[in-house]
Amino acid sequence: MTNQTDNLSRAGAGFRSLSLPSPLRTALSLVSTVLLTFLGLLLVTFIIGRVMPIDPVLAIVGDRAPEHVIERVREELGLNLPLYQQFVIYVWNVLQGDLGVSVLTANPVIDDIKNVFPATLELATVATLFGVILGVPMGVLAAVYQGRWPDQVIRVVGLLGYSIPVFWLGLMGLLLFYATWDLVPGPGRLDYAYDGLIDTVTGVILIDAAIAGEWDAFWNAASHLVLPASILGYFSLAYISRMTRSFMLEQLNQEYITTARVKGVPEWRVVWVHALGNVWVPLVTVIALSYANLLEGSVLTEIVFSWPGLGYYLTQSLLNADMNAVLGATMVVGAVFIGINLLSDLLYKLLDPRAR
Amino acid sequence: MSDTPLLNVEDLKVQFPTRKGLVEAVRGVSFSLGREKLGIVGESGSGKSMTGRSILRLVSRPGIVTARRLEFDGIDLQRASEAQMRRIRGQRISMVMQDPKFSLNPVMRVGDQIAEAYRTHQKVPPAEAKRRALDMLSAVRIRDPERVYRAYPHEVSGGMGQRIMIAMMLIPDPDLLIADEPTSALDVTVQLQVLAILDDLVTQRGMGLIFISHDLNLVASFCDRVIIMYAGRIMEICDAKNLAAAQHPYTRGLLNCLPSIDGDGGALPVLKRDPAWLEHGLEHGLEGGR
Amino acid sequence: MSSRSEDFSAGWRAWLLSSSPASRRQARLGRLYLGWLAFRGNHLAMLGLGVVLGLVILAIFAPVIAPYDPNAQVLADRLQFFSAQHWFGTDDLGRDIFSRIVHGSRLTLYIVILVAIIAAPIGLAVGTTAGYLGGWVDKVLMRITDIFLAFPKLVLALALVSALGPGIENAIIAIAVTSWPPYARIARAETLTIRNSDFISAVRLQGAGRLRIIWSHIVPLCTSSLIVRVTLDMAGIILIAAGLGFLGLGAQPPLPEWGAMISAGRKVLLTHWWVATVPGIAIFVVSLGFNLLGDGLRDVLDPKSGGQG
Repeated sequence: MTNQTDNLSRAGAGFRSLSLPSPLRTALSLVSTVLLTFLGLLLVTFIIGRVMPIDPVLAIVGDRAPEHVIERVREELGLNLPLYQQFVIYVWNVLQGDLGVSVLTANPVIDDIKNVFPATLELATVATLFGVILGVPMGVLAAVYQGRWPDQVIRVVGLLGYSIPVFWLGLMGLLLFYATWDLVPGPGRLDYAYDGLIDTVTGVILIDAAIAGEWDAFWNAASHLVLPASILGYFSLAYISRMTRSFMLEQLNQEYITTARVKGVPEWRVVWVHALGNVWVPLVTVIALSYANLLEGSVLTEIVFSWPGLGYYLTQSLLNADMNAVLGATMVVGAVFIGINLLSDLLYKLLDPRAR
Repeated sequence: MSDTPLLNVEDLKVQFPTRKGLVEAVRGVSFSLGREKLGIVGESGSGKSMTGRSILRLVSRPGIVTARRLEFDGIDLQRASEAQMRRIRGQRISMVMQDPKFSLNPVMRVGDQIAEAYRTHQKVPPAEAKRRALDMLSAVRIRDPERVYRAYPHEVSGGMGQRIMIAMMLIPDPDLLIADEPTSALDVTVQLQVLAILDDLVTQRGMGLIFISHDLNLVASFCDRVIIMYAGRIMEICDAKNLAAAQHPYTRGLLNCLPSIDGDGGALPVLKRDPAWLEHGLEHGLEGGR
Repeated sequence: MSSRSEDFSAGWRAWLLSSSPASRRQARLGRLYLGWLAFRGNHLAMLGLGVVLGLVILAIFAPVIAPYDPNAQVLADRLQFFSAQHWFGTDDLGRDIFSRIVHGSRLTLYIVILVAIIAAPIGLAVGTTAGYLGGWVDKVLMRITDIFLAFPKLVLALALVSALGPGIENAIIAIAVTSWPPYARIARAETLTIRNSDFISAVRLQGAGRLRIIWSHIVPLCTSSLIVRVTLDMAGIILIAAGLGFLGLGAQPPLPEWGAMISAGRKVLLTHWWVATVPGIAIFVVSLGFNLLGDGLRDVLDPKSGGQG
């Protein structure tokens, strides 16, 4: 997991020569770190997209494209120019929101991504909620009963989460809950009957249906969401419970816990108020990182459930060799990843009274 | 001062099973305590801290505590249920620990921690608990109780932190206070201030005090009686004022190691450890000088 | 057991457990033995070790263990359930699933070993150099590391494979490229701790060059945490490889890669569930084995990190 806090202090060291007030300095180093990392992200996607393939144009338009299309794209890409100039053009385009045009849909990639991103957001958010609501108490219990059977059980459950392929679990889930027991509806976000019924406000069907007051559609969407969100949520739960357990064990060994016991504080309060209170701060960071990981997990899950999100878009583009779309989606995922890491660092600083 | 002892300890043993065998931290310690100040002195590993913690049943797993007798004010501490022990902790017996940097909850305001100590044993509204906490902060001579109430532990100095600790441990008005190296983490000048506060409060309230330390001089000047421990056993028990006349070779060795302003200026002797001390302590609960 | 052999093993044990070893080799072997004893007491870790050893044996002896040719298509026998002739049934082309699983273990091991061999030395080199040399070398190298860490592994691997083209070698390269950054971080952290030690200063005073210091003195001290991390990562590597295989980007057909087998079985999932289920169980068991082994190694080699029971 990235710990950008060390990056901050290192970047900050460069700014110490400037005589600026401290919060401004921190903000500057934060911004510079993020920008540099984002630039590096663009460099990597640039290398993958332009430098690595033998003929980047063919990679974008496919080898069945007519000659004049190939020529036009070659012009646009400026492939005659030296590499660093190409890179500058590339960065300039990206910053303006131009990620190229998808060969498959003929839309600008950025528009495609805007369409599919909310679906992934919905999935990842519900899954993370699932992971937090179940995972945190599990981690606490595992720490309190360390070494005894609740701990072993919870650790095994967590360990499974690191060992099971997410796409396979999705398939098994469909097999059992959809095909065999008929508990959940099939793939997709909504039944056909509701298709087009709800105006897209946010792109998140649950929210849009609630806004429109279409409760039938709301529950239908929720029923479609349950299985994929639970599957993804399981992996979130595994990670969160493991980290919670680890943090709790560390806290339960501290002197202030003994102090609380000496005061006669009931044990439940010692665990859930004193110890857990100290765990929340690093735990928030963990939850943010778990959210980021779920974006990755959704790539494979969305295929299994035909969930039209960013992961589905990425893999479909891949299978169709739609290079612009693949790189655009990769970049967006990378940017979101960076953003979430940044957010988690900021949250840590905000929440820890010692860091203020 | 009443005659019935507040605390009776007979043949206390604390053992830890490890992969290499059973490690004995405390090997048969016996003493009794009234409403007086008792010091327990020893080097690291002598078992003095473990003795204090076992009274409150705070020896963590996998430690095993046994004793022929462990009685507080007529209550059998060994047979008491966990619920009974929780009522005793804080309200009847309290403990002040060494370093407020670690022994205070870092994410909770200091005043709330003190108020919690009170509200655990007395059902009062939060405002009342806060008022009492502020009173207590004044009692430990903190000049701006309102401001300190709202502070976090990392915002206060070591000396203030220990005073907060004392306030927190004395607010439920216990009968016995165990102080485990309360001044060891403080600067020398601050040490005396904190000790003075502790002395005042303990005397005012007529409490019993067990003062655990490695500093023989400090304990001798502060306490009524002194217990010397080594390797989990008691070597000697004597009155503080008679310390210079102590008989056990270990105690004499410790006394001889202490530099004094009007000494002869020669090299300080090195304590020679007699392996026989590992085998025998003060047996049969005999008490010297009482 | 005769008393002579008892004396013999008692003699060995005493030599290994002696608290005053006479030579460096004795001390090292003694430490290894103590570590082994601690490891042996952890049942889950032993289970993990068993699974990993099982994988290795399966891979080495695959042609002997597998009853059928993994690529032999017998269309008349397609999509059969578990039976005495076909323990795990047959797939949609009539191939014996058990044999394919067994041969697939070779691919799994191949991928895991190659990725480890490529990624770990790169990470080690980058991390120790950055940590020891410090200054702008450190800044630049760590910036590069952080950029790679900013990508989710699977997505980066996908992008790389899309540029390189599908195939097992490209998949290995892609996964290795995404795997080295954590090792660099660990190596750098360890190096920073050791860098200012007295013994490093002593070696420097003796005139050792920087390369020699890094190679002979710092690298060996990083190995134990690196071994733990690599073992723990292997489960993740297997899962990413399976994911790539599922997408058709890893080992190409007809190679019996487990992820690709799941993808093939997906078409007949609702009617012939075992075709997709069994390879997934294989992936899960092997990943679990590596995770247990890694956890056990970490408890023995680096007990400070992570909460162990």
